[in-house]
Amino acid sequence: MPADISPEVAAAGRPEPDGRAARAAAVPELTATAVSKTYRGHDRTRVLAVDDVSFTIPPGAAVSLVGASGSGKSTLARLITGSERPTSGSITFGDLTVSRLRPGVQRRLHRQVQMVFQDPYGALNPLHTVAYTLMRPGQNFLGLTAAQARDRARELLETVGLSPADQFAAKLPHQLSGGQRQRVVIARALACDPGLIVADEPVSMLDVSLRAGVLSLLADLRLRRGLSLLYITHDLLSARAITDQVLVLHQGRVVERGETSEVLRHPRDQYTIRLLEAIPNPFSRPGNHVTR
Amino acid sequence: MPLLAARGINVVYVPASGARVWAVRDTDLTLEPGEFVGIVGESGCGKSTLGYALTRMLRPPARIESGTISFDGTDISALDGEPLRRQRRGGFALVLQSGMNALNPVRTVRHQFGDVMKAHVRPGDDTAPAGIARRSAALLEAVGLDGGVLHRFAHELSGGMRQRVAIALALALEPRLIVFDEPTTALDVIVQQAVLQTIKDLQRDRGFTAILISHDLGAVLSATDRVVVMYAGRIVEDQPAAALLRGAHHPYTEALIGCYADPRGDVIQLRGIPGTPPDLSQPASRARPAVLTQHACSFAPRCALAEDICREQDPPLTPLGAGRAACHVRAKAPEASHAG
Amino acid sequence: MSVSIRGCADERPDRSQMTTITAVPPPDGADTAIAAPGRVSRVLPGPVRFVARAVSTLWSNGKARAGLIILGVIVVVAIFAPWLAPHSPTATNFTPYSGPTSVNWLGTTGDGQDVFSQLIYGARVSLLVGLGAGALATAVAVTLGLLAGYRPGVVDGVIGFVTNLALVIPALPLMIILAAYLQGRSVWTIVLVVAFTSWATGARVIRSQTATLRTREFVTSAAFSGERTLRVAFREILPNMTSLVAASFFAAATAAVLAEASLEFLGLGNPTTVSWGTILYAAQQQNALLTGQWLMVFAPGLAIVLLMVSLTLINFGVDALSNPRLREK
Repeated sequence: MPADISPEVAAAGRPEPDGRAARAAAVPELTATAVSKTYRGHDRTRVLAVDDVSFTIPPGAAVSLVGASGSGKSTLARLITGSERPTSGSITFGDLTVSRLRPGVQRRLHRQVQMVFQDPYGALNPLHTVAYTLMRPGQNFLGLTAAQARDRARELLETVGLSPADQFAAKLPHQLSGGQRQRVVIARALACDPGLIVADEPVSMLDVSLRAGVLSLLADLRLRRGLSLLYITHDLLSARAITDQVLVLHQGRVVERGETSEVLRHPRDQYTIRLLEAIPNPFSRPGNHVTR
Repeated sequence: MPLLAARGINVVYVPASGARVWAVRDTDLTLEPGEFVGIVGESGCGKSTLGYALTRMLRPPARIESGTISFDGTDISALDGEPLRRQRRGGFALVLQSGMNALNPVRTVRHQFGDVMKAHVRPGDDTAPAGIARRSAALLEAVGLDGGVLHRFAHELSGGMRQRVAIALALALEPRLIVFDEPTTALDVIVQQAVLQTIKDLQRDRGFTAILISHDLGAVLSATDRVVVMYAGRIVEDQPAAALLRGAHHPYTEALIGCYADPRGDVIQLRGIPGTPPDLSQPASRARPAVLTQHACSFAPRCALAEDICREQDPPLTPLGAGRAACHVRAKAPEASHAG
Repeated sequence: MSVSIRGCADERPDRSQMTTITAVPPPDGADTAIAAPGRVSRVLPGPVRFVARAVSTLWSNGKARAGLIILGVIVVVAIFAPWLAPHSPTATNFTPYSGPTSVNWLGTTGDGQDVFSQLIYGARVSLLVGLGAGALATAVAVTLGLLAGYRPGVVDGVIGFVTNLALVIPALPLMIILAAYLQGRSVWTIVLVVAFTSWATGARVIRSQTATLRTREFVTSAAFSGERTLRVAFREILPNMTSLVAASFFAAATAAVLAEASLEFLGLGNPTTVSWGTILYAAQQQNALLTGQWLMVFAPGLAIVLLMVSLTLINFGVDALSNPRLREK
């Protein structure tokens, strides 16, 4: 059950429920079954980064993966997007078995599963213009000509709120602010029309005042295009704002899962409570912040 | 006597070619001994630049164009070289942004403490290896780390642990003033809270004056006694933290406060501030003014309360409420401010 | 229970940012913003623009500028040799073994050839071999280094082994052996031999840098955008190593100039070629120092040194080449 639509989205006109349903039917379901990942260190130590994790992301759903650093959430992101293979367990996306992909087949996966990265300063090649970065997915996955890809790049820029598109198309990353760069990263993720977007801490490195804008963009895009969203974060608040389901990860295991609003109001696991209490919020009840 | 008194600070970045950027404009700031002040603002507002300027750590192409800084009665604005180094010895310390990346990757933590302690030897300091090890272990304990960390390398420590080591290094010479530049930016919420608590406890126990620079107003409000809000290179609000919690005066501060919400509430509204901060660069031209004079309030384009005077005159920083604020509208009607 | 997000969906474009701050009005005479360094007309084709921008970047560095000037002079001399040389370099109608005279400014060889003309024409071979061998060696180094750095595992292992082998074998003795045994001595033989023995250092350095860049997120994103391996290596990683490749090239070219002169001096090149090295070879054969023909030794020696110094000076300015600010339109 999707979250209530923000006034902006409603005002912008129909979020095309029919289109959404049709689209959602075309997007496969992502299923992770008993996934584990062990890393071997140089000194023969073994690190269990992900421990027996299972979950599904239904078509068109917004799910968040919440945990602190070291909880295994970034590892899971890499496993889901095919960048790494799990030690055991399986991940399927429709008829694609992500966990057993050969390098050639990885491209097929990227056509459907895209990623938004955490660091806006590292995710864009400093020597390529925004237009080039946004044209490539279209040319590679959709077989667009250069002219078509350029038009699509302009459309994408408008979609993510970087307007006028022509002004931004010619810019290099160092000429953009952190928030603008992140929007370009989101535009690139959308460029090949994927079914699932994995957003790995997309706003952690942005100013607090810019986060709502980028998050609302992600939420709006998900609703309008009917794609699935996996939102990875250490901040339960933003998880609550844009996702319906939440999985709380601690030391590689899922310690709590359920509807986001429910989990936040009635957390059961100790770790979830820790995460809740750590959210910087000086205006709430005492005991929820740094003691004075 | 105030520990640090800065008057009329103007900091400009002068690149070899291209536009000059006025990072800090006409700023006054006074710190009393033992105060814990937070400087808050969006990226590019000049807060880090101000922190670096106050501790005389600016490097070319940035320089203090005008203004005076006095530390414990001594004018340090004109100091350079060896006298400045001596001032740093017991005067101030700086914990850098991503202080964790400021650790040397090829030397153990122990060596880095050794470097600091041997570089600035005060009378009575024990600089024998055993003495350094003892002093270092005590510092690590103060920041909540085990003595075994001394023998580790930076990459063997987590982000939070590295940040704590950086803080311990800053404490090594018992400075009177420590500037923490965005100490929690790349850390997750749990570690963030722990590090802030550590800083708060240290400040209270050791009594040094501290400046905490961050874009996260929530974090700053929870840890500091006094908050200074900067926008476009100038201070727009300066209030005790407790007063700000009751109500902000400047619309920008209100907007920042509005970005936070109680996670357990029924209604969660995530808000941002529309628009972007202004560009402080001055196009290269033959005229090189000594100061960048402004004829409007920088925040007016994004301000819901903007009136005509806001677009014609830059509001001065005047006493308002328990501190100061720079707003035409609120200066006229102080009772109009409300809690965020 | 409702959740809503209000954010700024639109980023205000730059024009709104400029309206609030005005500097003290400048004196009469409108000022326009000074163009970014290296601004080049968009009319020129891509690669030409790139080279033009690179040159103007190098020009802005003092040492590199000096190097460019010296190199420029040598290049001009090489190109306009027929007009600058007073005589043909191979004409043997002068008195042999003579010292500097008004006709032969630097004296003559044992065969009666004018040394000064040979010096001028010799610039051609030294430049050709130096820059040519340097370019070839760098091309090999870049290809192998990129592949090894981008594909860890077997590929890296094999290339690494070959590189180590090439590094361990002493370059000059190997060059001598190769040059001595290759049939058909010509300038191109020298180019190949020199390039063959000097690619390894560059390959090693480029491999390390590639391995570092490979972990950057924009490289991962390129793969997500559907780019194939070769394209990622050459269009994503390589441009970010421009400074490194340029530095490798200039270092290799410098070494190549000296190597070519050494080979010619040892008589391993084609003696009928006109180059600075062959002048030294002839000087050695006729014991020029003993007969008092100092200039015949020092002039080509100085020329070789000048060329090497110019390339080294230019190398001081290559750091800026990787700076993205240079690509600003």
